[in-house]
Amino acid sequence: MPRHKGIAFKLACLILLSCCVIFGLTFWYNYGVSRRLIAKNIEKNAAELMIATTNQLDRVLAAVEKVPQNLAFFLESAPCDGGQMMDILKALVENNPEIYGAAIAFEPYSYNRNTLAFAPYYFKSSDGVVFRYLSSDYFHSDWYQIPHELQRPIWSEPYYDEGGGDIIMATYSVPFYREALGKRRIMGIVTADISLDWLQKIVGGIQIAETGYAFLLSKNGTFVTHPRRDLIMNETIFSLAEARSDPALREVGRSMIDEQSGYTPFFCTMTNKACWMGYSPLASSGWSLAVLFPQNELMADIVSLNRTVWTLVLAGFLLLLFVIAGIARSITRPLRSLTSAARDIAGGNLDAPLPEKRSGDEVGHLADSFAYMQQALKQYIQDLTETTAAKEKIESELRIAHEIQMGILPKVFPPFPDHSEFEICAALEPAKEVGGDLYDFFFLDERHLCFTVGDVSGKGVPASLFMAITQTLVKTKATQGLAPHVVLERVNRDLSLDNPSLMFVTLFLGILDIETGEVTYSNGGHNPPYVLRSDGSVKQLPGTNGMALGVMEDFVFRSKSVRLGPGEMLFLYTDGVTEAMDVNETLYSEARLEKKLKEVEEMPIDQMVRTIMASVHAFAGKAPQADDITILVLRFKGLGQKGADGEA
Amino acid sequence: MPFLLLAALLWALPAWAGKPAPLKKAAFIPQWVPQAQFAGYYMALEKGFYQAHGIDLTIISGGPANPPADCLTSGQAQFATLWLCTGLEMRDRGIPVVNIAQMVQRSALMLVAKKSSGIRTIQDLQGKKVGVWGPIFQLQPRALFKKLGLDVQFTRQSYSVNLFLRDGVDAASAMWYNEYHTIINAGLNPDELVPFFFHEYGLNFPEDGIYVLEPTLQEDPALCCAFMKASIKGWLYAFDHVEETLDLVMKNLKEAHIPATRVHQKWMLERMRDLMRPASGAWSETGLLLRADYLRVAEMMQKEGFIDAVPEFTSFHKDCTPDAAP
Repeated sequence: MPRHKGIAFKLACLILLSCCVIFGLTFWYNYGVSRRLIAKNIEKNAAELMIATTNQLDRVLAAVEKVPQNLAFFLESAPCDGGQMMDILKALVENNPEIYGAAIAFEPYSYNRNTLAFAPYYFKSSDGVVFRYLSSDYFHSDWYQIPHELQRPIWSEPYYDEGGGDIIMATYSVPFYREALGKRRIMGIVTADISLDWLQKIVGGIQIAETGYAFLLSKNGTFVTHPRRDLIMNETIFSLAEARSDPALREVGRSMIDEQSGYTPFFCTMTNKACWMGYSPLASSGWSLAVLFPQNELMADIVSLNRTVWTLVLAGFLLLLFVIAGIARSITRPLRSLTSAARDIAGGNLDAPLPEKRSGDEVGHLADSFAYMQQALKQYIQDLTETTAAKEKIESELRIAHEIQMGILPKVFPPFPDHSEFEICAALEPAKEVGGDLYDFFFLDERHLCFTVGDVSGKGVPASLFMAITQTLVKTKATQGLAPHVVLERVNRDLSLDNPSLMFVTLFLGILDIETGEVTYSNGGHNPPYVLRSDGSVKQLPGTNGMALGVMEDFVFRSKSVRLGPGEMLFLYTDGVTEAMDVNETLYSEARLEKKLKEVEEMPIDQMVRTIMASVHAFAGKAPQADDITILVLRFKGLGQKGADGEA
Repeated sequence: MPFLLLAALLWALPAWAGKPAPLKKAAFIPQWVPQAQFAGYYMALEKGFYQAHGIDLTIISGGPANPPADCLTSGQAQFATLWLCTGLEMRDRGIPVVNIAQMVQRSALMLVAKKSSGIRTIQDLQGKKVGVWGPIFQLQPRALFKKLGLDVQFTRQSYSVNLFLRDGVDAASAMWYNEYHTIINAGLNPDELVPFFFHEYGLNFPEDGIYVLEPTLQEDPALCCAFMKASIKGWLYAFDHVEETLDLVMKNLKEAHIPATRVHQKWMLERMRDLMRPASGAWSETGLLLRADYLRVAEMMQKEGFIDAVPEFTSFHKDCTPDAAP
């Protein structure tokens, strides 16, 4: 069945096909059974008909047989008196209407020693019962010779009467004996001739349905009766078989003359139609009666019934076709409109009209779901539009915040082009639009440069606000000329004072004496910066035991100092550098940073910053940036200030 | 050779000269009823072959009531078919019959037995009852059993095969073209039968031949020759036109009120063709009596006491040679 055909077509095809198969099988079974039943019935009827007919024929033949048998018995038992014998023979012909003629034929010289042949014969003619002697050559006639040779009574083959008429005769011959000198010797043959026209009438009168008929075969297979008169006494069933080149017919004939009973399919010569043939022998003469049943006539009822059934089935199929088509249409019509509506919706028309729900079946539910889906889609798209608008607004605000935050940080490098004593360079890359890292540097007076790096806990807008506060506070406090640890204490106090969200910031603050290279610093819980000495060593600055700002209001910070020689550097960073992770969640680590620092210490500081930043990004690879990254590098040059070393 | 041609031409002259010679009246009697055994003669009459040869022929139906030998002697018929032995016997009895054509070359007489009676070979007939016909038909069986040293009980059988079919005899005499087929058409299959053909036992007695009385031949040899040629022509026509011939045979039998079966007549016609085929295979030699066949039959008959002396071959059989023509 083509896959692209509609449901209506598939439904109709499958249902009709199934119906056809079911009906076909049922019909075939029913037909077979009915046929068998009828055939069985016919066979039974055939058997009954044949038994009745053969009995009827045998009764007559048996009655005829009695007559010569009794005469033979009389001849054997009573001494032979010529006159008495003639009287009995004559009476026998006169008194038995079936018997046409009777003879007593003696063996050569048995009647008396002088007479070769003695055979008195009485027979019926138009002049009444007539007598004559049979001519003396009777010894080799079948009616005499066969019972004589076989020593038993026998029916002759049917023959035409001597008058040359159309009457078929048969003779029953009984040998009779006499005891002489202790030996039983055959004396002659007693015969009774009968006409077979009564037999022809009985068999010829059998008619079954329109064209069924019966026929009788002699022991030689000769047709004794048959509706086709030209076959009678001319043809045997075997010559017919030869003429028709029908070996099966010959076999049937052999079975028949073998005095068997049977029932077999047969081809009627009369009607040229298929028949069934039942056959059965006559007990008396061994002749075989066959009855032919025309198959199609006896099956006529079932054939007409079949025709009616087929007509009804055809009508039923047509009706079924219409019903299926109706059902299929009622299903597919809403489906088709749903399909086009779905296409409309998919094309963006969320207000596409849906078919009206007309029933509570599956299609109705589908239409309901469609309507619900349409509503839900509409709602969702509306929500999405609103959310998107809000998000865009926030994003734009964040962009502005980013710009503001970046604006707080010094961004111009080199920031102090007229100071050759030191170089400073920094970079900050927030993980989100706005970050919580900070750095700053500014001159406190002509000799002292304050620089700071910090990292607010958390990220995003709150962190950035906290960062801005911290940056502002640091700048405010530092410019008051305070020592680094005092700056941190004050900033810490201010931050801690009003910190409901419990945010904190790690902060490193250092002050460089640009003349001596002396750096005073205080570290509030921040990653200790590295000091890169001119001997190539990279070491962390010793800590000041400070803690993150904004946690303890009255924490006491301390300062330490370190002296930088010319060319020596401080490297400040936030944990965004060392805690950057690659895709396998391996940390960038301080060790990797220290190694990298050794590689880059000869570079100009802006390039150094870029290289370290690039190294971190390269390490992280495709892993998203988790934290803000801040780097600040300060290189002390001390140019032309060598004498100041001693003052510090 | 030119003489022969001239003679043939002269003989054939009246036929096409358009000067119709008056037809000579003649009568012919076959041994038996008008069955296919004699189809050639009836066909020749039907197709006008006799007329074309200048004969106004009447065919008298033969049969037990009408023995051809009697008709021949009485002059009722000028031509008759007889078995070779019958001809010899008649001549021995002083009736001057002359064989002018030996139509059947091979003996169709046979014995047939049922395998169911345990008979497989001719030797199995020892002590059995064998059905035979009249004396002439007993010649071959007697000779055969004598030759083989078998002691067989002969029973006279009628012209029906019923005695054999009912097991009244163990073996029966049969003509291949007639009774044998009748037995088969009474339901016995060929493979259930054992046939013994006398011609296969060195006892080939040619059967049907055409006979005339010596005076008839002397008086009008041309008539005899014409009859023979027309008859042979009739036979060859019959063999070539089987269905047409069978139509005629069936019609004749029906008119004679003789029960008849077409397939049986067909069998008979086909067997006649087998039996009449000359030993050389050339149909042009139809009608020849071979001296060896003649001597075999005659000497056997003399030995069996059927005849006193063996007539001179040339006096018994006269070929229709061209110099006998007018």
